[in-house]
Amino acid sequence: MRYLPHTDRDIAEMLDVVAAKDLDDLFATVPAACRRDNELHLSEPLTELELSRHVESLAATMAVSPEYRLFVGAGSYEHFIPESVRYLLGRSEFSTAYTPYQPEMGQGTLQAVYEYQTLVSRLLGMEVTNASLYDGASALAEAVLMAIRVTGRKRVAISRAIHPSYRRVVQTYVQSTDFEVLELPYLPNGRTDLSSVPEMKDLAAVAVQSPNFFGCIEEPKAVGEAAHQGGALFVTAFSEPLAYGLFKNPGSQAADIVCGEGQSFGIPQSFGGPSLGMFATRTQYVRSMPGRLVGQTHDAEGRRAFVLTLATREQHIRREKATSNICTNNSLCALAAAMYLASLGRTGLRELAALNRDKAEYLKKQLTTAGFRVPFDSATFNEFVVEVPAGFDAAYERLLEKRIVAGLPLGRSYPELAGCYLLGVTETRTRADMDDLVRELKS
Amino acid sequence: MSEFPGATGLVLNEPLLWEKGKVGRRGMSLPRRDVEAAPVDEELIGEVPDLPDLSEVDVVRHYTRLSQWNFGVDSGMYPLGSCTMKYNPKINERLAALTGFAGAHPLLPDRLSQGALRLMAELERFLAEITGMDAVSLQPAAGAQGELTGMLIIFAFHQSKGSPRSKIIVPDTAHGTNPASAALCGFQPVKVASNEQGILSAEAVAALMDEETAGIMVTNPNTLGLFEENIREIAEIVHAKGGKVYCDGANMNAVMGIAHMGKMGVDVLHLNLHKTFSTPHGGGGPGSGPICVTRELEQFLPVPRVVREDGTWELSEEFPQSIGKVHAFYGNFGVMIKAYCYILSMGRDLKRASQLAVLNANYVKARLKDVLHLPYDRPCMHECVFSDKLQRQLKISTIEMAKRLMDYGFHPPTVYFPLVVHGAIMIEPTETESKETLDQFIEAFKAVVKEAAENPDLVRNAPSRCKVRRLDETAAARFPCLAG
Repeated sequence: MRYLPHTDRDIAEMLDVVAAKDLDDLFATVPAACRRDNELHLSEPLTELELSRHVESLAATMAVSPEYRLFVGAGSYEHFIPESVRYLLGRSEFSTAYTPYQPEMGQGTLQAVYEYQTLVSRLLGMEVTNASLYDGASALAEAVLMAIRVTGRKRVAISRAIHPSYRRVVQTYVQSTDFEVLELPYLPNGRTDLSSVPEMKDLAAVAVQSPNFFGCIEEPKAVGEAAHQGGALFVTAFSEPLAYGLFKNPGSQAADIVCGEGQSFGIPQSFGGPSLGMFATRTQYVRSMPGRLVGQTHDAEGRRAFVLTLATREQHIRREKATSNICTNNSLCALAAAMYLASLGRTGLRELAALNRDKAEYLKKQLTTAGFRVPFDSATFNEFVVEVPAGFDAAYERLLEKRIVAGLPLGRSYPELAGCYLLGVTETRTRADMDDLVRELKS
Repeated sequence: MSEFPGATGLVLNEPLLWEKGKVGRRGMSLPRRDVEAAPVDEELIGEVPDLPDLSEVDVVRHYTRLSQWNFGVDSGMYPLGSCTMKYNPKINERLAALTGFAGAHPLLPDRLSQGALRLMAELERFLAEITGMDAVSLQPAAGAQGELTGMLIIFAFHQSKGSPRSKIIVPDTAHGTNPASAALCGFQPVKVASNEQGILSAEAVAALMDEETAGIMVTNPNTLGLFEENIREIAEIVHAKGGKVYCDGANMNAVMGIAHMGKMGVDVLHLNLHKTFSTPHGGGGPGSGPICVTRELEQFLPVPRVVREDGTWELSEEFPQSIGKVHAFYGNFGVMIKAYCYILSMGRDLKRASQLAVLNANYVKARLKDVLHLPYDRPCMHECVFSDKLQRQLKISTIEMAKRLMDYGFHPPTVYFPLVVHGAIMIEPTETESKETLDQFIEAFKAVVKEAAENPDLVRNAPSRCKVRRLDETAAARFPCLAG
């Protein structure tokens, strides 16, 4: 086996040194009752060529761009990834290293993560960003738990317009505790209805997502005011951070904790993971923050250097009193995001964000002209909800045959929106793609 | 003895991203604009985030230089205990990056995602076979999230019996994530000490186990690299009081094809695909922490689960007892592909991988124990734990020897863990290191020990060959500078 370098002679010599008569002898401390009574029921090792053919055949069954034209976002976005990012990410000095516990041998990862923290802080308008969490959903769950720690309160109010999966993960994280999650409904315009917040006493947090699951831009100022009046933290989530290249970022709207999904920044969709949990807050809360942090320092000769810091919040030091149990995070995905943002720059970021919005607006206009109704009239970024006529399911199926995926049906997560689809458009859909979609839908 | 790998050469400086670049530069080709600009409410428009504008060459040189300040498994031996830094096969990277997978949207109708669903179902089956457990969920994104998922499953089990429990037994040798995960789930961790042999005794567990205790979290092989020989008895004690046995499977690399977690009495087990199953660690992730359970606990696994109906793979939510979701979608699929490829490439040779991992650790232990103190002199599994007791009289500590190893071209072992060994040095060579590399590492460590006696300042001032010298970590924590 090519990954196992030992020759028979090596093994014999090594067994001799450890005073074992054979390889089985090394496992004398494993009691018979704890052992398998059969060999592993696995196939013969595949050759590299056999493996490639097999896995390629599995991949070939998947519906992906460009053969398929997808108009689906909903937390996983088809953005263009420059080859330079893919190439740099493949540098095995980054990918085959462990968490940089020994900073003198991990300055590459450490500086890159420090830069990630900085770029994301600037993007979100926040003071401190951690080195990453798993995904947008666990980032929201961690934000809720952090707000509970900071305020000492046990109830949180979460908008129903937050990604349904993110809300489900929050429920999972709190199910064994006495924390309570209250739901804020949404208004006819697609934004969160805050009218019940003043009656909800002792809230630790008020959480919304912007753009929200329906693609609508929330009114963060109003959410922040509602939260702060009752002494709660203002938590804002996102699944499409590219929006902040155009629209006001959460930091400028008085958010206390910002959390979300960074997949849009240079990370392949990969059937939903791995992606990137982004998490940022204000300096005053940094010691309550979950996750790893890289800080700047200097070496014995006074040179600038970087190191994992404020570890007294973390599980390997604080054990059951840690701010989170997270250890391995999604570091390489954070590097991808930093490389992508560096490639885009401020000029490119604004241009790309505007392009996304303009494409979505084009499709929205074409669809409304064709007679489809857009139920929520709030401003949107690159996703929006469309109401479809009865019997649309057949049209959806017909479009699938033509390798067009006409959005995501909302009925499963929102029974009240059973006749609605969520459509997403990024820079990877052309005007011709959109015209084809509208033409097919009309026919 | 051949030359040590540590050497010095030209290392290039590189400023921070925002210290280079000029407004107006561009490092990326944007897709063509083929629509008009749409009007937008000025109220909503924000300031452009202050990102540096760089050319593609700027970005490529920046990250290439940074990468050269790093050390990975591809650079050399990385014997970080408890982390299983084995070689990461290159073909697996290519296959995980296939457009059909990398470009796959997670929310399409199941019939458009058959290849991914089949791969997940088969990987679940492989992991069940390798561990001896009955059912698997691939959803947890890393080991610690697997632990949380496992704790929630145990919580849900007791709740379903109408008797929620408040405590959980955790050995003093546990990874820090164990008590943290238990606490996150609302359990109060109760510490149990390991015995003079470095393992748990059945009596110690029996003294703590009661009907308020949900179960025990045990790492087997444990973090001293020792097999918990009393695990069956311990499981019987825990089960007799209605508790469940959680096994932290971070060290599964020692016992593939040998131990059977089900027969051991384990009810829930998490694996780290980024350790045992060769997926690269990425400098801190992404990982993947599948959870394996007995038939009795299967109903509590996260949803959706992959099922097969009439020859078609489907994602099913029809598990009313499930603890719910722990990930926005199905977990780190891109990591699962690599583990799947690894298992198919190894097949039954997985057992040989474990045998050689254990042989390598015992070889290092045998050859270093005359120069380093070995607190538990017993046959070890995939890793061995020394201490700095012999060097302390020379006023040389573990961290100093670790740093000096860098100068010889090796990544240091895990240090100061497990906590039960003062000045611990935890070495996990893994099976992918050859005898020659191990010999070189052993010689390097012996040379460091010799220097500790003969030229201690050389050791104290190490490293001297890295990009930077020892860092002021206290200053970093006292005056946090977390963004530029």
